[in-house]
Amino acid sequence: MSGSGTLKIPATRNRLTTGQLPRFASLYTLGVAFVLAAAVMGLIGFNAFGLAAFTSVFYLILISALSTAIENRRKAMDRFVRGLVTVAFLLALAPLVSTLWTVFSKGIGIISPAFVFTSGGSPTINPNTLEIVSSPGALQAIVGTLEITGLATLFSVPIGLLTAIYLVEYAAPTFWLRRVVNFLVDVMTGIPSIVAGLFAFSLFSLLVGPKAFSGLSAAVALSVLMIPTVVRSSEEMLRLVPADLREASYALGVTKYVTIMRIVVPTAIAGLATGVTLAIARVIGETAPIFMAASFTDAFNGNPLNGPMQTLPVMAYTGYKFPGQDIALSNDQAWGAALLLVALVIVLNLIARIIAMIFAPKTGR
Amino acid sequence: MSESSRVGPRMSAATKARPADRIFRLLSTSAAVSIMVILAGVALFLIVRSLPAILANWQTTPELSTGPTGGFASFFSYVGPLAFGTVWASVIALLMATPVAVGIALFISHYSPRKLAGFLGYIVDLLAAVPSVVFGLWGILVMRPFLLPMQVWLNEYLGWIPLFSGKVTSTGSSILTGAVVLAVMVLPIITSISREIFLQTPKLHEEAALALGSTRWEMIRLTVFPYARSGVVSAILLGLGRALGETMAVAMIISPAILVSFKLTTEGENSQTIASNIALNFPIASGLQRDALIGTGLVLFVISLAVNMLARLILNAKPGGRKLWVRPRTEPRAKAIAIAAAEAGAETAIDTSQRSPAGRS
Repeated sequence: MSGSGTLKIPATRNRLTTGQLPRFASLYTLGVAFVLAAAVMGLIGFNAFGLAAFTSVFYLILISALSTAIENRRKAMDRFVRGLVTVAFLLALAPLVSTLWTVFSKGIGIISPAFVFTSGGSPTINPNTLEIVSSPGALQAIVGTLEITGLATLFSVPIGLLTAIYLVEYAAPTFWLRRVVNFLVDVMTGIPSIVAGLFAFSLFSLLVGPKAFSGLSAAVALSVLMIPTVVRSSEEMLRLVPADLREASYALGVTKYVTIMRIVVPTAIAGLATGVTLAIARVIGETAPIFMAASFTDAFNGNPLNGPMQTLPVMAYTGYKFPGQDIALSNDQAWGAALLLVALVIVLNLIARIIAMIFAPKTGR
Repeated sequence: MSESSRVGPRMSAATKARPADRIFRLLSTSAAVSIMVILAGVALFLIVRSLPAILANWQTTPELSTGPTGGFASFFSYVGPLAFGTVWASVIALLMATPVAVGIALFISHYSPRKLAGFLGYIVDLLAAVPSVVFGLWGILVMRPFLLPMQVWLNEYLGWIPLFSGKVTSTGSSILTGAVVLAVMVLPIITSISREIFLQTPKLHEEAALALGSTRWEMIRLTVFPYARSGVVSAILLGLGRALGETMAVAMIISPAILVSFKLTTEGENSQTIASNIALNFPIASGLQRDALIGTGLVLFVISLAVNMLARLILNAKPGGRKLWVRPRTEPRAKAIAIAAAEAGAETAIDTSQRSPAGRS
């Protein structure tokens, strides 16, 4: 094989490297593995994933064999594992790239100012031809998403932030309430999103009767999912505030409440903002709870207190599962909504990172 | 919080500030208490709403013996197969996700260049940011056709294994496809928790292992794995919690039926999951049928609550109060490392509340 020719060189050159594979042995092996995999693909038909898979398998076999022969079993194992974890990482990249690319390529076709700024989807009858026509439009879903997420933020941020303040500033570490709340927040993080939706639906159907679907209800469902995230991130940020600052404030005779509002929270404000932004990014893509609590509609509804509301994730779901008259249009709309949603999530994540980067707390550690 | 603007500036003397102080303390305490109330409320409202359907006689109640809930003797014979399907799909997903996730976590924490580690971690976390409905669409369009040939192959050549037997799917809407997509979705959770725990391995342990001549892999096996074992177990359980509650991807991909089936590559006779069943039937269900669906949601809530609590208990287990990790049993080879590292392990025990991407410095 081509490897054995290169392998003899270092052994004769330097005694320190005797019994070791040359420096770029893994790269050469990778090249050989790639060629072999390409050959196999040539025999059984080409596809990109197969090429990558065969390359990885051949590489792992080759590098282990080479290393066992020239180095020793322990080093061979080391090289094998190194290859394996790298493959694992690349394996995780595949779905990410594939998802983003699919959403982009399928969704970009329908995205236009008209799609974003008109509400559509509900069929209307053309008075001249008496045909049922539907026009693309996502304004109702965009408005719904923003209103529901906004309301959810409005509910969860005060509760989450105050709980975090309680946990960090007030409760003694061993106090039962603190331990219970700590545990429950952890447990709450794991509530299935659809259960949050069912909770909101049950709550509102018991309160307001059978016509329980509303944006407010969906906002309550999202709050259940958002509060624990906000508590956890805020708690962490408040803990990062150095105790020196609090003590200095107390030493000046400032009360606890003023210390918290004037010293602790302002110091941590960037971190708090980052945490809240990430929490919004997390719930904005939730489909199941909104679907349960706000149902879905093609009509424009800007009033979160009354009636079903459309949102982007639900639009993406229903466009596929419950398409309207024009199935192709519904599917296209679904992809358009998915693309808008992904864009929104990415923008929120970027904002969070930018806030974190610009205002990173300068702790002295 | 409106207090701050009104009274804030004038309250520098301790004596004057007492009412505001007390109000604020009360506010934050009641926020903490509200967490308990909300969680109790979730359970309570689900119970109240679902009780009529759980207690009803399903065969004699016309509303329950037709439509999505038709054909079942009682609530429990309805929810049983669903609960099985939920756990079954999640377990398959975890079996696929766990090795990959631990591999990625190791790659990021111990193999990748230090400077890149944060960025690579961010990329994997991006996977968690993708909404589940998008994964559902992707699963329909990309994963179904992609995995179809493999499933046909499995069915044809390994069909003698019960798992791959039955009539093979023609569209790819099998539980295997759903589980692969689920695996992608739980990957970032298991990865990020495992990564944090791997990074917390005491440096002294690792350096001691390397100083004794270990290769990197031996160092990981001797120091990182024993230290991180319980953490990785709870990471897997948290991933399970996520997979159990996942709705959209499953609802969109798997072509289900309410029955108990272990077959992986069939279509139309896959075990349905609770969440996906609710999502599919909720819009068409009426009255009592909805109550029955809410009842299945209650069962899902209980299952995932149990899994999450177990995960948290393992993660938070603090023998002796302060220590977070059960000290790894010292094997003869690792003993030297343990001695060299002395109390480093105990000293670096970290409070769970501080474990997070931002907490690492």
